[in-house]
Amino acid sequence: MEKGWRVVKDAELIPAKEGRRVKIGENEIALFNLGGDFLAVDNRCPHKEGPLADGIVAGKAVFCPLHNWKISLETGCALSGGTGQVKSYPVKLKDGKIHIHV
Amino acid sequence: MAGMACLDAILKFKPGFEVKVLSEEPYLNYNRILLSAVLAGEKSVEEITINTEEWYRSSGITLCLNTRAAEIDAQKKIVTTADGMPHPYDRLLLATGSVPFIPPIDGVKKEGVFTFRNMADTAAILESCESAKKAVVIGGGLLGLEAARGISNHGVHVTVVHLMDRLMEVQLDAVGGQFLKREIEKLGIDVLLNKSTARVMGEARAEGVMFKDGSIVEADMVVIACGIRPHVELAKTAGLKINRGVVVNDFMETSDPDIFAVGECVEHREKVYGLVAPLYDQGKVLAATITGNKGPVYEGSVLATKLKVMGIELFSAGDFKGEEPDKEIVSYQDHAFGIYKKVVVQNERVIGTILIGDASDANRILEMIRSRALVDEKRQRLLFDTPPAVAGSPSDVMSRADSDTICGCIGVTKGQIVSAVRDNGLKTFSAVKTCTKASTGCGTCAGLVQDILKAVCGGEFEEEKKDVLCPCVPFPKERIRTMIQTQKIRKAQDVLDIYGDGVGCSLCKPALSFIVDEVWLGDHEEDRSARFINDRVHANIQKDGTFSVIPRMRGGVTTPSELRKIADAAEKYNVRMVKVTGSQRIDLLGVKKEDLPKIWADLGMTSGYAYAKAVRMVKSCVGTDFCRYGTQDSIAAGIRLETLLEGLYTPAKVKMGVVGCPRNCAEATVKDIGLVGMEGGWQVVIGGAAGKIVRSADILCAVKTTEEAFEAALLFFQYYRENGEYLERTYDFIPRVGLEKIRRETTLAPEEKKKALLERLSRARAKVVNPWDEHKKPAQPLQFSDFVLPKDADALMGAH
Repeated sequence: MEKGWRVVKDAELIPAKEGRRVKIGENEIALFNLGGDFLAVDNRCPHKEGPLADGIVAGKAVFCPLHNWKISLETGCALSGGTGQVKSYPVKLKDGKIHIHV
Repeated sequence: MAGMACLDAILKFKPGFEVKVLSEEPYLNYNRILLSAVLAGEKSVEEITINTEEWYRSSGITLCLNTRAAEIDAQKKIVTTADGMPHPYDRLLLATGSVPFIPPIDGVKKEGVFTFRNMADTAAILESCESAKKAVVIGGGLLGLEAARGISNHGVHVTVVHLMDRLMEVQLDAVGGQFLKREIEKLGIDVLLNKSTARVMGEARAEGVMFKDGSIVEADMVVIACGIRPHVELAKTAGLKINRGVVVNDFMETSDPDIFAVGECVEHREKVYGLVAPLYDQGKVLAATITGNKGPVYEGSVLATKLKVMGIELFSAGDFKGEEPDKEIVSYQDHAFGIYKKVVVQNERVIGTILIGDASDANRILEMIRSRALVDEKRQRLLFDTPPAVAGSPSDVMSRADSDTICGCIGVTKGQIVSAVRDNGLKTFSAVKTCTKASTGCGTCAGLVQDILKAVCGGEFEEEKKDVLCPCVPFPKERIRTMIQTQKIRKAQDVLDIYGDGVGCSLCKPALSFIVDEVWLGDHEEDRSARFINDRVHANIQKDGTFSVIPRMRGGVTTPSELRKIADAAEKYNVRMVKVTGSQRIDLLGVKKEDLPKIWADLGMTSGYAYAKAVRMVKSCVGTDFCRYGTQDSIAAGIRLETLLEGLYTPAKVKMGVVGCPRNCAEATVKDIGLVGMEGGWQVVIGGAAGKIVRSADILCAVKTTEEAFEAALLFFQYYRENGEYLERTYDFIPRVGLEKIRRETTLAPEEKKKALLERLSRARAKVVNPWDEHKKPAQPLQFSDFVLPKDADALMGAH
């Protein structure tokens, strides 16, 4: 799959402090609205692949809904629960649209 | 109490003393001021114990409980106890306290007549409260009112009878007396003034009291709280000089050079003190004298009184009357809010005060009285200090002078707390309490002490673990509820912004969401982002990210047409498994998030809330309709109970069961709430569990009718909603609070209290909507949506 910026149509409608899944082929990304700022990481918790997009957002981190690991949305690193890291993706806002670099 | 405080001070001066303590009471020394809290059911005996056995042992003190000192031979320096044992001494400290004053009333020896002075009295009154319906408290002073409130907490109707024309006349003027009377009456307590009691009526047992004017009040218990007198009998045997109390000089020495006295039993400069603060002042002076460090003198204390009755703030100090012409009175009255503030000024100095309804300024004004500072530019702000920027923010207490008294009971200043924290590296509130004794009296200054601790030790501060909701909102759980209520906060995030770190976590966000919902009875500002995913999409997340769907099936009863819809939906949405649950319902497992609204529309049923900290289900057995053994219609009762409570959020999940006979086929005795039918009635049981913990339910009550059983269940349900800590199941809640207290606050509570609980419950219930109706109109456009992007290169932007 060719890499580049992809627009996520209507992603600006994600409620503040919530996340949503973004599927691109085999990839599944969790895209979060932190209240204007958007961040994206892989949607699989390093612990047991829990869907991070469904987690509770706290600052610039998310708590996995399955076993409560805390994952940084900036670095993808586990902050509590255990050690591990998920991939993070660059996100930008251009012409009122959210773009992810995949 | 005074004796032990003094001992504490003695040990600090001279640890090598060989000390023996003789105590008539069988208890370790306890905080007598808090007996009223024990009576009110707010504190346990353990909670008011000051020094543990371990403390006595490690301090090298021999403690003789249950040992009454009978006689002192001051010549031979020997104390003889009631059992005839001699106890020789070098120096003797008398801290015999006081005895209740019993006015000349006929029949005070009858059964059911109590005094209220020590632990044994308190235990006896508590026992009597279990069966009594009506009580009379003779005496409308501090002690009498605290006793009245305590007894009324147990569902006993109380009448306070007072000889004088106003309550607490020793501490209040006429206006203050009127304000206080109204506040007391608001608590459901009757007040009779100008009544002189002639006798206690009844044969062997008290049945009421008769007054000198011939009128009568019926009662099955009578408490005499007419004040105290110094206990001087023992001192008399030593031949000490005695007026009203044992006479001491400014060094706390009695007329015998080797005998000292402290506390309520002494008379100093013709004054006898029955309050706690002077006792501590005296104790410090005496400790210096007795250890050979004679120097500090006791010059008397400014009398200050705080009424410790939940829901009433009252403070009075110094010369609060200000009747003489050279005294000025500054006052403020707000009848609607029940606020009365008065400050008496003489020669530009504050000499006394009364505060009712809002005593938050008590320590500030008391300090002005004690320091005798000139009022000057503070004159215009005498009654209302500049309001703090944010309630409880550490900076506002830190702006006070070091000499400001923080703990009025013990007399601990801000400066003392600050240096104790600094010098000893204290990090917790309990460490500050142990070290400075601050907040070990009535405890109302706990918040201020903690604020000082936080400000001084900064990031090092450690919250007492058991109390705090979460490190993100470092306040005790019950205080957060009060803050939400008083500050009218309706949104979880606002609590975090005002009182917390503004960020929160997966623990406190759902907890705060629950509390704002519960406090405002559903009339709050719902913030889905602060809820767990289950509560955003009304289904239970599974390990693979799909969801389980459990429709409500009230009482575990369904119909063929419902089953058909469930079967059709299961096939249509490729449900991976259809499972009959332990809760007598059907679970559809493996539903994709985007299919949730569609499956709800097809089912046309109500959410079973199997995903939430909320009312789950009511299991039932078939009962009288079909069962040979059934004694009650458990099916109808089960369906009805579930209908009354469904959709309500609770501190933790609530499972219920209704069975038609004690064979207990639907296992009601291991449910959070259970109704157990029997011949001629129901047993209502609470706190059962059969999960991680297996616990047999406690019996809340036994009643005759199904309506009464519902009422009891609903009362407990709402009480748990309001008082349970988030994630605390009923099986932990009941042992923590105590079954007796729960009964007193629910089924045995006064009618108006019950009515208020049920009214709050029905208001919250009226706000409930079926969350599965969100299939018609989602809470927001992307509630159940995911994004799917094409993976081909055309979708790429800006790469060209």
